[in-house]
Amino acid sequence: MKFGVIVFPGSNCDHDAYHVISKHVGQPVDFIWHRDTNLSAYDAVIIPGGFSYGDYLRAGALARFSPVMASVKEFAARGGFVLGICNGFQILAEAGLLPGALIRNRDLHFICEHIHVRVENDDTPFTNELKRGTVLRIPVAHAEGNYVCDDATLAELQREERIIFRYCDETGAVTDATNPNGSRDNIAGICNRERNVLGMMPHPERACEDLLGSSDGRDIFRSLAATLAAAHV
Amino acid sequence: MKAKVYVTLKPGVLDPQGKAIQHSVELLGYGGIADVRQGKYFEIALDGALQESEARETATRMAREVLSNPVIEDFRVEIER
Repeated sequence: MKFGVIVFPGSNCDHDAYHVISKHVGQPVDFIWHRDTNLSAYDAVIIPGGFSYGDYLRAGALARFSPVMASVKEFAARGGFVLGICNGFQILAEAGLLPGALIRNRDLHFICEHIHVRVENDDTPFTNELKRGTVLRIPVAHAEGNYVCDDATLAELQREERIIFRYCDETGAVTDATNPNGSRDNIAGICNRERNVLGMMPHPERACEDLLGSSDGRDIFRSLAATLAAAHV
Repeated sequence: MKAKVYVTLKPGVLDPQGKAIQHSVELLGYGGIADVRQGKYFEIALDGALQESEARETATRMAREVLSNPVIEDFRVEIER
């Protein structure tokens, strides 16, 4: 199996993602410059956090037009696994690979802190090493993480169990008080209908070593590796 | 020729920046403000040889594909000779 980490001008969590895959998952991984368009060597690509194109226009809006994104769309359509983290989630939403949009946080602040999310669905390629209801302590670092979508989209996400993570407290209670940014239905991460594209605002790649305050993020990457191993790639 | 594109949040989409601006101007003593919504404004200089209809079509396509996010925003295009 092989992982790729896409690098846009302004990405700044690319090295963290690379480190996690190479050190903690123990699999080969490459950086993919945003002008590259050949993803044929990869089984999973990570769109990392950061400030691609300086967040100009809207967060993720300009990255979506980078040459690599047309390839990411084809890659996803062929069943390749795509994990978008923070700015990566914003890019996937702008590109139409995930529904909805991420707007300015409810209280306007840039939030940089450890929060808790509850695993809402453990039957996905990204969470199969976790248990439904597990609470993960993972950092968020964003100004535009407030997930919005229309009523029909929300109903579809709920019905199809595509809400993968919700903001909660340390006991797993999901309330408005545990919603750091005003996201609809406390949504912290969603997947597409085919379940091979996941976008999440929290940073699991920054929560893979106890030294950094938490290693709860590791199981997300391990789940993906287990999925790929089971598919013998 | 110039295309002016106004991008605004759809009604119903929360605008925390607009709310903060409203709060600030009210603190300054401005009264009678029911709501403030923040949007974006773009000026695009276009080739003067274009027909107005072509200019409008180009600007509209740009607004739809790039300048706005149709999930959360509406836009309006004006063409100025």
